[in-house]
Amino acid sequence: MRSPVAATQIRRFLALLALMAVVELITGPPGSAEEPTIGITRSFSEPTSFFGLFVTPRFVLFFAFTVIIYLVASLWRSQSTSIVAIWNTTTAQPRAFTQRRAVRLSTRGGLLVIAIVLPLIVTDPFWQSSLVEQIAVYILLALGLNVVTGFAGLLDLGYVAFYAIGAYATAWVTGALPLAPPFGIHMDPFFAIPIAIVLAMVAGVILGAPTLRLRGDYLAIVTLGFGEIIALFANNLNTITGGATGTNEIPHFTFHVGPVNYRWGLGPVPYYYLALGFVVIFIVAFSLLEHSRVGRAWTAIREDEVAAESVGINPLKYKVMAFAIGAASAGFAGVMTAAQTNFVSPATFTLVFSINILVLVIFGGMGSIAGVILGAVLVQTFQMFIIHTPPAGFQPQDLYIYLGAILVAMMIFRPAGLLPSRRRRRELTMAEVGKSTAGEILIGEQS
Amino acid sequence: MSGIFQFLSAHFHILHITFWPLLVGGIANGFIYSLIAIGYTMVYGVLRLINFAHSEIFMAGGFASYFLLHALIGHSTPSTGGSILFMALGMLSGGLCGMLVAVILERVAYRPLRRRNAPKLAYLISAIGASYFMFNLAGKEFGRYNLSMAQPFVNHSLFTIFGAPVQMYYIVIVAISAAMLFLLDRIVATTKLGRGIRAVAQDAETASLMGVNIDQTIVVTFMLGGFFGGLAGFLFGMSSGVVYTMGFTPALKAFTAAVLGGIGNVRGAMIGGLLLGIVESFSIAFVNGAFIDVVAFAILVLVLLVRPTGILGEQLGRSA
Amino acid sequence: MSIDKIFDVDRVTLRFGGVVSLNDVTLHQQRGEILAIIGPNGAGKTSLFNSLTGVYQPQEGSVTFCAQPGESFDVIGKKAHRVAKAGVARTFQASRMFSALTTFENIKIGAESHRGIGAVGAMLRGPGTRRDERKSDGKTIELLRFVGLEGQANTISSSLSYGDRRRLEIARALATEPQVLLLDEPAAGTNPSEKLALADLIRKVRDVMGVSILLIEHDMKLVMSLAERLYVLNFGSVIAEGTPDEIRANEAVISAYLGTTAEDA
Ligand SMILES: Nc1ncnc2c1ncn2[C@@H]1O[C@H](COP(=O)(O)OP(=O)(O)OP(=O)(O)O)[C@@H](O)[C@H]1O
Ligand SMILES: [Mg+2]
Repeated sequence: MRSPVAATQIRRFLALLALMAVVELITGPPGSAEEPTIGITRSFSEPTSFFGLFVTPRFVLFFAFTVIIYLVASLWRSQSTSIVAIWNTTTAQPRAFTQRRAVRLSTRGGLLVIAIVLPLIVTDPFWQSSLVEQIAVYILLALGLNVVTGFAGLLDLGYVAFYAIGAYATAWVTGALPLAPPFGIHMDPFFAIPIAIVLAMVAGVILGAPTLRLRGDYLAIVTLGFGEIIALFANNLNTITGGATGTNEIPHFTFHVGPVNYRWGLGPVPYYYLALGFVVIFIVAFSLLEHSRVGRAWTAIREDEVAAESVGINPLKYKVMAFAIGAASAGFAGVMTAAQTNFVSPATFTLVFSINILVLVIFGGMGSIAGVILGAVLVQTFQMFIIHTPPAGFQPQDLYIYLGAILVAMMIFRPAGLLPSRRRRRELTMAEVGKSTAGEILIGEQS
Repeated sequence: MSGIFQFLSAHFHILHITFWPLLVGGIANGFIYSLIAIGYTMVYGVLRLINFAHSEIFMAGGFASYFLLHALIGHSTPSTGGSILFMALGMLSGGLCGMLVAVILERVAYRPLRRRNAPKLAYLISAIGASYFMFNLAGKEFGRYNLSMAQPFVNHSLFTIFGAPVQMYYIVIVAISAAMLFLLDRIVATTKLGRGIRAVAQDAETASLMGVNIDQTIVVTFMLGGFFGGLAGFLFGMSSGVVYTMGFTPALKAFTAAVLGGIGNVRGAMIGGLLLGIVESFSIAFVNGAFIDVVAFAILVLVLLVRPTGILGEQLGRSA
Repeated sequence: MSIDKIFDVDRVTLRFGGVVSLNDVTLHQQRGEILAIIGPNGAGKTSLFNSLTGVYQPQEGSVTFCAQPGESFDVIGKKAHRVAKAGVARTFQASRMFSALTTFENIKIGAESHRGIGAVGAMLRGPGTRRDERKSDGKTIELLRFVGLEGQANTISSSLSYGDRRRLEIARALATEPQVLLLDEPAAGTNPSEKLALADLIRKVRDVMGVSILLIEHDMKLVMSLAERLYVLNFGSVIAEGTPDEIRANEAVISAYLGTTAEDA
């Protein structure tokens, strides 16, 4: 007879073992149809030497890790209350300190200064261009999707479509597409900014107005389809978009006012400052929005649409607005990328991209502006790091496995994200303490 | 005006000469959509949410049967008795693997959220993450190229309808799917299990008060849906091969089929699948091949906007 | 003599598949009246409220709302938010707050909801936006005092007591500046002393703010002391109408619904 305690412990151990097997699999060398289990049984190129002493297959190592983690976790479980208590008392003062307004403001100032001097510290060309292409642009995108998913609670899986519209609009306006630019004038990418934003917003409204009255899960599928279709059109409308090859003739930003003439494109640093400026503008605008009547209305709709309607809020209008604003910042990000890389092609605009942005938002914290920025910085840096110095046998697509795992893990363990917004944290923890009859669990009438 | 007429008549001409082949192909595809759609619609019934990771159940079923048949058949050509045996094994391996993946999925991606009474958005995100994780993991482990399945039988045209040859493959799909769907319909309609599922779908709270074990019913629902999804993966893989991304498009279409028939409604999913298969097949005559997948999507959007309850209707929840 | 009706419900029928929730219901409410709807569980009371507020769309009949004497607004066919903007506010049987927000924010959402959207204004935060904010803040504080929640302004609404939640819902509804307030079982789940306070509050809403009250309530004592007139619903149909005394004496009502409670009321 096993005691229930022992049974729980065995279950926990087995669950951990399964988890570690998955970790082993996803960090292992790639398999093939002939040898699908290489990830479990083999190491990358040669047998792993354990402290140089004897040769062990990877699964032995992982089994050892499992045992160690299990023991540490058991220890933690038995001691956690006291450790947490000690942690709370020791950090109480510093935490209270960080809550002060002056401290918060100076933290922000400090971060901005760091952002400004960053290109002087990071001098490696790979990382400098990553700062612009992979981090700054992704911050813009995450900020925009955060309006849609974080503020308004709408899952948009076709967010890439608006980014594509922004990028193609830039190509069009600057005369880089087979389709003639408006009035036949080849404009500077700066002029593409308002045009791209307006086009993206219009697309957002056209997609949103009919579909945003749908339930949340239907909306997710419809937006997913929309993203795919935009890519399909970009791929196949050769005479308009240049088809699968796209175009690489988009000019850089230039600036001519009076005697000042400046052309971006001499290395990534000027683009970095341009992007940084816009990131700051977007942060300020979206923070104001969050704490305005509009932000409160979004919260109301997200939490209880019926109640929101009962006080006269038109949910559809606010949802369309969130969509349009999110689309605008994606459109803008599209302009940045197109002008900086001089290049658009449909290969960029895939579901992978939308999911990537979603991961940034979820990982950092839905509805939290600071959170999504942190999420974008961490997740993108991680990805660039792996791409820059890949382990043996690593394929870039393997990153997607990690992205998927992040989504699931966050939803299970920390749904409000790394740096949660105060409102979201309350919402997501409220459900835990709230009474949970079967019906409520099943129906979960939240969206 | 005459241009339009010429356009239409040209297309109808294509339709005229290819009507029967298109119909046969459409029906076979439609049955596969129906099998997948079952999973969407049943899970929707008990959880009130779309199982976004269902596509990966389909994919898993495809791979399981691929590996089994590859090991058993290799490059040989089975005898008649062997064909039947291998078909049965293929179905079983696909279905059981789909079942297993569905159960794991429910355990890992859904149940913790259900315990916490999480908002719907959390379920969606978790399911999308799980789907993304699974198919990319499959890509890593099994290679990112299409693998053609060892054939349990030799595909040839069996007979002709109005001159259109009907392939063995189609007959097999139609026969198996129809039998399985009939079986499912009986299970849901007559067994205790089916009553439990229907009770939970109707009103979970009351069902639990009346002694239905909700957790167990949900798992069983996932198992049934998973079995059919995995089975569909095998049938699809037989002709189209298996690859890690194979779930995406068929699942999107099956979802459309489920909505078309009336989500939450098992018979609706069957009818929706067939209808979608046929409509899509005929649309080949009118739509540029590159845009063929847009047809199903357009149908989805249209149904959602015009009649979100589908053909047979879904059960609507209370709102205030 | 033509009476000044604020609500005029004419032959409304509402069905859900085979279930008839409201069957040929005709009733009206006078301006300034405290009117109650009573009836056993499942009688269709909440369905009636939902039909009056645009949440449900009845298949037959008409619902006319007159915000001011002489004006008229057809409720059926309108979305719930439009009905709310027209001047109909409500609370819900199972209270529905924005539970992650504070009491103050909850009410403020009601107070600012009838303004235009103004995303651009919000992002620029011009003087107009700031003036609006101050106005909404002022009104919110006023309402917090009115319902007696001033001490709870910064409490997260989900941690309020049952009685306070009801008050919060009433304040949020009043913040929309309605002409009529629909209360769906406001005393459910509250203790006797909270009930008394609630009754006082409801009377105050009518007397001080001049808002007509339409009330669903199971607590007979409360309803008989508050209401000036009642309708009794049973199986979706109106089976009686009258003053509390008339209803207490009505045979049909006693047999259909009140039973023994009629005596102690
Ligand atoms: N959305 C809906 N779908 C199906 N049936 C409904 C719906 N709303 C109400 N009904 C049905 O209408 C009838 C009246 O319900 P309603 O909630 O209006 O009763 P009630 O008088 O408010 O009861 P209670 O005192 O329990 O609140 C019930 O039979 C109910 O099942
Ligand atoms: Mg009711």
